[in-house]
Parts: sequence; C-alpha cells; structure tokens
Amino acid sequence: METQTIKNTEKATKTTENISGSEAIVRCLIEEGVKILYGYPGGAIMPVYDELYKYQDKIHHVLTRHEQGATHSAQGYARISGEVGVAIATSGPGATNLITGIADAQIDSTPMVCITGQVFSHLLGSDAFQETDIVGISTPVTKWNCQVTKAEDIPKAIAKAFYIARSGRPGPVLIDITKDAQIEKFDFSYEKCTKVRSYSPVPKTVKGSLEAAAKLINEAKKPLVVWGQGVILGKAEEAFKAVIEKAGIPAAWTILGASAIPTKHPLNVGMVGMHGNYAPNKLTNECDVLIAIGMRFDDRVTGKLDEYATQAKVIHFEIDPAEVNKNVKADIAVLGDAKTTLEAILPLINSNSHIEWHQKFKDLYAIEYEKVIKDDLHPTKEGLTMGEVLKEINIQSKGNAAIVSDVGQHQMIACRYAEFNKTKSNITSGGLGTMGFGLPAAIGAKMAAPDREVVSISGDGGYQMTIQELGTIFQQKAAVKVVVLNNDFLGMVRQWQQLFFEKRYASTEMINPNFVAIAEGYYIKARKVTKREDLAEAVKEMMESKEAYFLEVCVEKEGNVFPMIPTGASVSDVRLE
Amino acid sequence: MSTEKQLFTISVYTENNVGLLNRISAIFQRRHINIESLNISPSEIEGVAKFTIVVNMIEVNVKKIIGQIEKQVEVIKAYYHDLDEIIYQISGLFKIKSELLFEERQIQNIIKESNARIVTVNKDFFVLEKSGRKEEIVELYNELSVFGIMQYTRSGLIAVSKDEMKISTLLETYNN
Repeated sequence: METQTIKNTEKATKTTENISGSEAIVRCLIEEGVKILYGYPGGAIMPVYDELYKYQDKIHHVLTRHEQGATHSAQGYARISGEVGVAIATSGPGATNLITGIADAQIDSTPMVCITGQVFSHLLGSDAFQETDIVGISTPVTKWNCQVTKAEDIPKAIAKAFYIARSGRPGPVLIDITKDAQIEKFDFSYEKCTKVRSYSPVPKTVKGSLEAAAKLINEAKKPLVVWGQGVILGKAEEAFKAVIEKAGIPAAWTILGASAIPTKHPLNVGMVGMHGNYAPNKLTNECDVLIAIGMRFDDRVTGKLDEYATQAKVIHFEIDPAEVNKNVKADIAVLGDAKTTLEAILPLINSNSHIEWHQKFKDLYAIEYEKVIKDDLHPTKEGLTMGEVLKEINIQSKGNAAIVSDVGQHQMIACRYAEFNKTKSNITSGGLGTMGFGLPAAIGAKMAAPDREVVSISGDGGYQMTIQELGTIFQQKAAVKVVVLNNDFLGMVRQWQQLFFEKRYASTEMINPNFVAIAEGYYIKARKVTKREDLAEAVKEMMESKEAYFLEVCVEKEGNVFPMIPTGASVSDVRLE
Repeated sequence: MSTEKQLFTISVYTENNVGLLNRISAIFQRRHINIESLNISPSEIEGVAKFTIVVNMIEVNVKKIIGQIEKQVEVIKAYYHDLDEIIYQISGLFKIKSELLFEERQIQNIIKESNARIVTVNKDFFVLEKSGRKEEIVELYNELSVFGIMQYTRSGLIAVSKDEMKISTLLETYNN
C-alpha cells in the first residue's frame, strides 16, 4: 500500500490502541457511520466476522443468501439513502460473486464499498485455496480498488475508499485485505479522508459557461430539459425544480432520473429513451436547445446518434468531464456538481412559460394515451396487464412508495407508470440491466428506510435469479412487498423475438414453479392473482400488510411494451405499436 | 481536427502505484485500441510516474481516451501530442556475431554511417545500440539483417513536449 498519496486535513483526535487488523476494519466502518452491511462469511474473512460478532450492537451484519445479493442490497441501501452501501465477502468465489453488483454500481454511479478477504500474503500468486486476483478482476468495474497486506495500512485504505466512493461522481470501491493483515496487531487510529492528491472529484466550472448557457436558454423558443440521476446524486432536486419552473421548460427524465421531481409536476413530460414516452422522444428532434442535466446520453436514451437532436444546441451540465462530448457534442458544457451549477444559473435565466411548445407535448401525449396508455392502465381485454398492477399500486401508495424494479418488460412498465412524490424512490438497474437486481436491492432499500413502503417489482425471470434472498427477507423480518408480474416468459426477449425474429421463441418460455408455495416455504405471506376482479383487493391487502408479502400476478403472456425505439433507429421513429 | 488516423503520444502523470498499469491498459483494451508503444518511467517530479503511450488514432477519439484516463483516481493529468509537438527517441539493440565485424567490411561502414554505438564486444558477439526515430532504427535493422542478427529489440518511444506540460503548477494546487 502506498500511503503517501493520502493527505488528510483533519487531525486525529483519538489516541492509538493496539488492535487487530480485523477489529480495525469494523471500527473503521463504524467511524464512517455504517450501521448496516451485507455479506457472506468464509475462510479468508473470518477474523472480520469474529469482530462483527463482538460489535453487533453497533453494526448490523445482514447475511444474504449469495454474495451478489449482498452487493445489490448494498446498492438498494445506497440508492434510497444517498449513503455508501457496504458489502463484504470472502476471497475467491465470494469475491467473484460480487462482480455483477460492482459492475452495476459502476455504470449507475452508486456509492459502494466492498471489502473482500484474501489469502495470506505469503500465498499470493501461488494458486492457493480460494485465491483469486480480485483486484485485477474488479479493476475495470471499480472507481478505485486496492489490496492491503499490512494491518497498519487498513485505516487509510478504508478512509480513502469511503471518500472516493461517495465524492464527485460516486462509484464502487473494492478493498482486498489479506488474512495476515486482518490478524496482525497494530496501533489503530482513524482519520477520515478528505483529499486525494491526484483526484479532483468536482471539476471547476469553466468561466463564462454559465452565462453562455443562460443566454442560450433565454433565447430558446423550444427548449427541452433531459435530466438524469446526477440531479439526485448531487442533491440538486430543489435547485433543479427552481430552474425549470422559472424558465418554464418541459423536462423529461432518463430512467435513473425518475423521482427527482414528483411525477405529477406539470413540467414533467415523461421518460426519454427506448421505452420512454412518445412526446419527449419525438420532440427531442424538434427542440432548439437541449439542456442535459446530470445524464450521459446512453445509447438507450439517444437511439441513432447521427439523428439525435442534430437541430438543437446542446447544453450539458455534468460532473464527469469524460462524459462531455463522449456521445453527443455539447455546444456548452457546464462542469460541476448539479446543485452548485443550477443554483448559480438560476438568477441568470429569465422567467418564461413556452405555452405553445408545451401544447405540442400535450398533443403527443394524447396520441400516446389513445394508442398505448389507455389499454395499459384500463384494459378491456381479458388478460391482466402489467400497467394495471402499477395503477393499483399507485392507488394504494398514493405515490409515496419506493419502487424497486428488476430488469425487463415489467421494469419499463414500472418506470413508465409508477407515481413518485419523493426523490430517490425509483430504484432500478439502469446501465447494466442486471436481472436479479430487484429483490435484494429492495431488501437494502427497506432496511435503509424502514419507515418507507418499499415495493419490489420483478418478472418471473429476474425474480428467479436471486429468489434465494427471500431467506434474507425472512431472517431480517424486512417488510418488503414483493410483486412478481408473471407472464411465463422472459418477456422483453420474447417481445424482441416477436418483433425482430419472426416469433421464434428460443428459450424464452419459462415453465415456472409454484411461486406462492416457495414464498410460503420462507414463511412469507403470499397470494396469487389471476383475475382482474381480485387485483385491487389483493394489492390493497399487500400494501396494508405490516410484514413482508408476496404477490404473484399472472399477466397477459404476450403483452408488449410500447412506445419503442427499435435498436439503431432514431428517437423520431419511436413506435406506438 | 483531422479525421485521419495518425500517431499520437499520450503522456500520463500518475501516482506510482501497483495496479495502475492494469487500470490504464484496460481503457485501451476495452475500446480495441492497439498500443503501439508504452514506456513507464519516473518523471521530473519526485514520486510521480510518467506513462508515454503511442497510439494510432483519430484525434477526436484520443480526446475521449484522455478523459477516460484522467478519470482514474490515481492519474494526476494526461496530455496528448502529435509527433510534431514532441522531441522523441527510440532505442534499438542489435546482437551480432563478432566474426561478422571482421569478415564483413560493410558492417563497419554501416555502423559508422548510422551513428550506432558499439556497446560491447567479446569473442562471440557484439552489441550495437542505435537511438533515434523509429524509421532510422528500422533502416539499420534492414541493413544488418542481411548479415544475420542474433537478437534485436526496440524500446518504447520516450518523449518530451516542446510546449510546457503544467504538471508542477497543477500539483501545487492539489497540495494546497
């Protein structure tokens, strides 16, 4: 470990104590304010578990049923609370099982610290039992990682890990700690890290960029805001609302931006992207100024890049300089964290209302309503739709629940139709599209925010990828509401097979088990709905339950999600059927 | 900005930490960019390492790569230059049978004309060293290969920029 790079400005206030590396790890976590962590024990991390046992009144370890579940729970915890999620695992397979969650946290900018045990340092590189080069493996999917082989290096490594994970554009950090470093005793003291020499978390706003951006916004006739998770991560919700309200600009969101302002806010014109709303997708190619705030122009958002908003001037508010001009060329880049830059631009922009321009969104919404939304939410055909389940959840939650979705058709439906009053309420795997994310993430979210209603919505496919976490729900008495929208298919892949592969349903049909019996096997209250007349009452019963509840809803087998921008098509070519 | 591929050097100032090479090379690997040459050495600043990476790319993509490199926590700063903006050198080493030095008069002429330096001579072999541009070293290789070369190796490109790289001032602001 190279400690010369760590510069701490805070003075150590504690006197040193001679303790083991493993006790130091637990003490460091407590110092960083960690109350809950998720993990799975094993040989190379056992000294740490021994300390977790001793410190269990100060820090609660949640035994998940798989290390992947630990990372997703830590992510759910982080996403709803804005705090760093923590996952812990042993070496070898324990460590490699973390990788999916780490990659997910990396692409979705989720602050997470993972601690892995490692074989004794004298065994490194010898192909020892449960040895794996987890630092090498995790390098491309971590914001930072390192291996610690000496106890004395533990406090600085962990302090640096938390600082890097939560600062700037957040992300996952992995610290790999050899077993001898855990056992060794040393003089412990802890200082929080506030600076790393080579790392500047928030870039300086280029002089004049705010003024230039304000000028473009003030002169725009047809401005469109597209905001992403940067607004939430930057705690910029209020500043953001103030800016769009003053300038009267229609604002659309990326999937991870959802819930930053209430769904029913009059300036909210819906979701952009592949299964986003009709109006913001179509009008992306009509606006004269596109104001991107804390978003990264993912290909699922832009469709065909050469035909994306080519008519518009682009202003990009962004904390990560590498995102500027990566996919879409910005005419003006406003670097910095969203809260600071939005607060700074507020006095520079003129009040406006853009009434005619708003009418275009309303007109296109009316078309989408007739062609898609009406049948999704108020179906007249026999089969249950995913949309009407969301509608019933909205009725019961009154928009106050956090919705944790998995990946696939139900995810798009959940994000399109869920109503949110509060920020940090839409928790889903956006960038990586990790099936199996939902259930464990919901556990983490519920434990971070026990007073909030947390509804996990999965499909029958993704649910079975981490179904074992029902055991965690049972053991922790986490009152998660678990909804499975079951169409006996891997629905999104099936939809593509229908649309682009002439209905050759290769390996997308699922012969499913008795989900109710499985939930009941974990002593979780469970119910299955197959008919529309039972739906409202069942959702009500679920939402009123004080304990965990499992609800399976058998929906239309071959329902499709629209609107849809086919891969490689322009946002203007968004299809309604 | 040219849309043609050309050679650029990327100079990366970093903390001198284990694992950083892996992190930086992964950026290239992931985008299927072949690294033409790579050299890592100490820099003018104590404790700061300098990567000199040569790539054949279009400029707009080099800029994106610079962004991805600078994003790494332990990277202090990255710069890119085309070959006109730098002074650079590459070294080549040639191991050749000693008997050729006496039997083939032409070899002595080649050595003289190419400004190559004889590093060592013993009864079995001698070693030639030539520094310069890649073409000069390749030319020497072509001339010598006719006679037979026992071993040949070429170093990565090292370079200093004609313009200032304001790394020291940058570090001062970080340290404050």
